[in-house]
Amino acid sequence: MEDIKLMKGNEVLAHAAIRCGADAYFGYPITPQSEVLETLSELRPWETTGMVVLQSESELASINMVYGGASVGKRVMTSTSSPGLSLMCEGLSYLAGAELPCVVIDVSRGGPGLGTIQASQADYFQVVKGGGHGDYRMPVLAPNSVQEMNDFVELAFDLAFKYLNPVMILADGVIGQMMEKVKLSPQKPRRTEEQIRQECPWAAIGKGSRKQRNIITSCYIDPETMENHNHKLQEKYDRMERDEVRVEEMETADAEYILVAYGASSRICAKVVEDARRDGLKVGLIRPITLFPFPTAAIRQAAQHAKGFLSVELSMGQMIEDVQLAVGNASIPVRHFGRTGGIIHSPREVYDALKQFMTQTQGR
Amino acid sequence: MADTPIFEVAETDANRVYERPRLLLDTTMHYCPGCSHGTVHKLVAEVIDELGAEDKAIGITPVGCAAFLYNYIDIDWIQASHGRAPSVATAAKRLCPDKLVFTYQGDGDLAAIGTAEAIHAANRGDNIAIIFINNAIYGMTGGQMAPTTLLGMKTATTPMGRDAALNGYPFKVADMLTLLDGVTYVTRQSVNTAANVRKAKKAIRKAFENSLHNRGFSFVEIVATCNSGWKMSPVAANQWMEEHMHATYPLGDLKDLTTTEH
Repeated sequence: MEDIKLMKGNEVLAHAAIRCGADAYFGYPITPQSEVLETLSELRPWETTGMVVLQSESELASINMVYGGASVGKRVMTSTSSPGLSLMCEGLSYLAGAELPCVVIDVSRGGPGLGTIQASQADYFQVVKGGGHGDYRMPVLAPNSVQEMNDFVELAFDLAFKYLNPVMILADGVIGQMMEKVKLSPQKPRRTEEQIRQECPWAAIGKGSRKQRNIITSCYIDPETMENHNHKLQEKYDRMERDEVRVEEMETADAEYILVAYGASSRICAKVVEDARRDGLKVGLIRPITLFPFPTAAIRQAAQHAKGFLSVELSMGQMIEDVQLAVGNASIPVRHFGRTGGIIHSPREVYDALKQFMTQTQGR
Repeated sequence: MADTPIFEVAETDANRVYERPRLLLDTTMHYCPGCSHGTVHKLVAEVIDELGAEDKAIGITPVGCAAFLYNYIDIDWIQASHGRAPSVATAAKRLCPDKLVFTYQGDGDLAAIGTAEAIHAANRGDNIAIIFINNAIYGMTGGQMAPTTLLGMKTATTPMGRDAALNGYPFKVADMLTLLDGVTYVTRQSVNTAANVRKAKKAIRKAFENSLHNRGFSFVEIVATCNSGWKMSPVAANQWMEEHMHATYPLGDLKDLTTTEH
């Protein structure tokens, strides 16, 4: 029987974590994602699947609990919103350095500083480009529906364990707070300690019958060892760029103007493409589903026939830098349009901005 | 005298009175001669072996001199970021409740940057043990003031001596933890004499048993020397510790609600 519900994005994250067999969630309340911890506390998975749910004293503690849980080979997750993510960035760097799998969700809000509790996409730089110190990357999934909030939790865990790397889900306050129909995943069992010992031979879960001790660390004092470790990590990031790009395209085949948008903005832009096509304008949409790895090839392909790209973001313009790099042709104009402060652009505003952009660049 | 008989007895299990702890790896330690860490490491290795917990021990190392503890004892280790070892331990223990989970942290790691994590792990009553090495100074970074530095004590960042008006007072972490309801066992020990080494070992054993058998949060402070940081010989450092450190940080159990029933 299909498990179809009407739910908030944040609530779905909690259901999805339990159902994909997660071992633990550690989190600290922050708007607009507190429903994740609240829903988990209501669902009491420790009585059913045995999943641990713990409210920590800070995001610093949360991310380091995630580090501890990942170190013993468990499927662990946390979620937060922008200011909380800033506090987690030290931990993300350690997780990446120690090659630990985990899922971290940012339901982003407006900043900088305490900013606003309203939706925003201004964490792109922080999430996609690192945030913490050192050379590291993380796969970043950007859901644009409540259904994808469900689907991406398990996908994120799969990627995390495939690459032994933290995986981020970058949502925004709109996707977290809005209600939609969702088909929940079937319940999967949590792995036993025996399965973990087999699947994660690196886990520091106690030696058991293993002869060699396991050490989880990101510390490499010897310069050559450190550089070798950096090369090993980079090889992994290169594989992600080769194998893990996910992108959705809409009406791009003959498009002269391309909107590039992710998350909530991509839903608004889909409406703009419909309206523009009805008016006879050749407009398409490229929606990066993975922000790292970025769908560079899809954008470069579209650039062969496009007259311009409009990066539509709920920010002052961050993803636009990756769009410019992907277009790779200074003669094709790339512009940004976006609102901030928790103000969500309407399809009309985006369409007007697009038409203005088209007028300015016609005849080039 | 050439004809004096040489006293030769073969070493057997029956006559052996002391040996290198089985779990203490045969590796040269990076510590300065005279440092207390080596002695405490030895006790940790002995206790884990005596508890038969080698296969279910998970140790969390700090940032600071003891960061490389994982090179010396033959169990599984997790290297934590600065001050966050108690959070790492909380998760490891809650996800593996049958394991022995402990952290080993210095005063910079636990009493400065990681104060919040230590206090909250204690207050939650997490079934972990913390070995807290208090030598009143930052060793690894070269002898700067720690929260536990004594008043008047000269360090790289208190060259005129710690001044309460500027830097506040020696931080008595163990005393503070006794106030928390989640805490089962708090003790302060030292490894300056053979008798104290034996007492410290008993304390570590109790703390590790508490973790293994889920009897609540345990905290073993070891008042220790850092003769390099203090710029003293090992012998002088031991004497100075007895005269000054033990006065501010008196030894003994501060709280013990350990019961073997639950």
